[in-house]
Amino acid sequence: MHLRPYPSESMELQVRNLGLISYAEALALQSDLVQRRRDCALPDQLLLLEHPHVITMGTGSRPEHVLANAAERERLGIDLLEVGRGGDVTYHGPGQLVGYPILDLKPDRKDVHRYLRDLEGVIIGTLRSLGVTGDRVKAKTGVWVDGRKIAAVGVRVSSGWITSHGFALNVSTDLSYFRTIVPCGLDDVRITSVSSELGQPLAVEEVVPAVTNAFAEVFGRSVVGKPTNASKIALS
Amino acid sequence: MPQMGESIVEGTVLKWLKQVGDAVKRDEPILEISTDKVDAEIPSPQSGMLVEVRIKEGETVEVGTIVAYIDTEPGAVASPVTADEASEPDKPTPSVDVEASALPMSVEERLRTRSTPVVRRIAEEHGVSIGDVPGTGAAGRVTKQDILSYIEDVGSPSRPAPSDVAPDVPSRRLPQAPTPSVGAVPDLWVAFYGEVQHPEFPVREGDVVEPMDKIRQLTAEHMVVAKRIAPHVHSVIEIDFSRIDRIRAQNKVRWEEQGARVSYTAFVAWACSRLLHSYPNVNGTVSGNNVIHRSSVNIGMAVDLDPGLIVPVIHGTDDLSLLGIGKKIIDLATRARSRKLAPNEIQGASFSLTNPGVLGTLVGMPIIPKGTAAILGTGAIEKRPVVVQDPLTGTDAIAIRKRALFSLGYDHRIVDGADAARFLADLKELLEDFPEDA
Repeated sequence: MHLRPYPSESMELQVRNLGLISYAEALALQSDLVQRRRDCALPDQLLLLEHPHVITMGTGSRPEHVLANAAERERLGIDLLEVGRGGDVTYHGPGQLVGYPILDLKPDRKDVHRYLRDLEGVIIGTLRSLGVTGDRVKAKTGVWVDGRKIAAVGVRVSSGWITSHGFALNVSTDLSYFRTIVPCGLDDVRITSVSSELGQPLAVEEVVPAVTNAFAEVFGRSVVGKPTNASKIALS
Repeated sequence: MPQMGESIVEGTVLKWLKQVGDAVKRDEPILEISTDKVDAEIPSPQSGMLVEVRIKEGETVEVGTIVAYIDTEPGAVASPVTADEASEPDKPTPSVDVEASALPMSVEERLRTRSTPVVRRIAEEHGVSIGDVPGTGAAGRVTKQDILSYIEDVGSPSRPAPSDVAPDVPSRRLPQAPTPSVGAVPDLWVAFYGEVQHPEFPVREGDVVEPMDKIRQLTAEHMVVAKRIAPHVHSVIEIDFSRIDRIRAQNKVRWEEQGARVSYTAFVAWACSRLLHSYPNVNGTVSGNNVIHRSSVNIGMAVDLDPGLIVPVIHGTDDLSLLGIGKKIIDLATRARSRKLAPNEIQGASFSLTNPGVLGTLVGMPIIPKGTAAILGTGAIEKRPVVVQDPLTGTDAIAIRKRALFSLGYDHRIVDGADAARFLADLKELLEDFPEDA
């Protein structure tokens, strides 16, 4: 019989602060952690990170929502990837805080809509502690500030109700990169960031504690250990 | 198409990870679906071979739709299951449909977890998954005794949010209810209270056959079980609405300024919530050999969705003012129609109201929702000629009055006819002499 140190019902949360990490590397890490969470070998995980410039196409994507052609993407140094999460096209890049929760939803949240709303709640709580008022907009998943989109949400639920992918909050993102796409397939959507809303620069690192606290509160998890930046150690 | 959440009605098949003819292992992902901003892998409920794919990639179907059939390996299915499946001749047997309710489960698991409401409630209250409990009933079904001894052995892994009953009350009381310990008799009761099979009828030429959607299936099952459990009796009383009509007319403008419309139903809910504390059995339920008296009045209110029906619950109706109830009714009814109710808003009723009168029906004989002891049906409020006595001269006269017939359906195990009559008489008096400051 296997040791199952972290049963589904474990309400512990391990936070990994990974810094800048490529999309492909984060994908491999998520896939590994999903398997380990399913095996109850790890507690719930929250990966916090930034990606280098990349455009990802969710399974609901339409190719015409990528506006920048290959040459232009090459010039700007933007990768283009198709990924297995819900939702349309989105952009990730430096200055954007990406959160990938690897949670077992079985004990308390077997409802994917509720999960989406809870992720939005985490971002709204985070923004509140930074002095920005975020809102939900009916039928438009994500978090909005006065009609401007500040965070995107798109998730995957793997066999056994284990989550991956998650949210992307623009902290100090260079918003001009969003002109290379039609974000989430919504025409004339305006994108904003925490820095733009506050009118002052803010580092992604400064938002990490707020996100961690908001996440623990919304999901009723207790954070275990110190936030680790080790992506490799647990993978051996 | 599995139900991935309360408000999710459909899903799109993104990708078949297995093709027809492929062997699949239990719990191995066989397809990916997409709903809104969520992609999900769906694991196989059973080991075997994928023999039929019904829904193509890119197609969107309602929750509950069968998307594929899996031919299970010989011997992989317990014999009772095979028998069940064989009784449906148009299915490839012995096949398992990949339909799966909340989470894909094997046939054995589904049979095992098709337990009585009591077992399910105990499981819920203790945060126990029925699938984890070794079952000793027919086809490995989990009986009440099984789950109680399991809980005693391992304890509750987690406590869910408190419901309107203190979570430790049932666990303290239920074990006292004596249950026969052996053999066929308890199994019979398990089946009687837990299982519903609708008999089939021949289809005639030109007929249209449609599968029941999820709400209809749940309603059908609930109605059969509710009527099976409680011996129903109905009593009817006529109520004069003249005074309530006047109060409504006087306060209409003021209430509208406060953003509410106070319907007749709000008046009735208010009056019931004030009376029910004096009728603990009417605001209670039979549970095993016990009676549970609910500590608050949570009024379930049937809302017509046409087609279908849902019963949102006004929790703590007894703590709300008339205006508060009016607001709550509008809020719940609106969100019921837009399918925006949270799961806890359709659970935990201690008493129910249904309003057949809204469409002109004079009197209905409603079914008592399971887990409660009574339901009040309100008939159409109409002007009727009635005999009244002139208070000054004492002579009889015929007057025009707004009146309605109310029918109370009650569980005759714990509510006697005289109790029901007293409750209805009190309700009549309270409504006809409705306080100005409610």
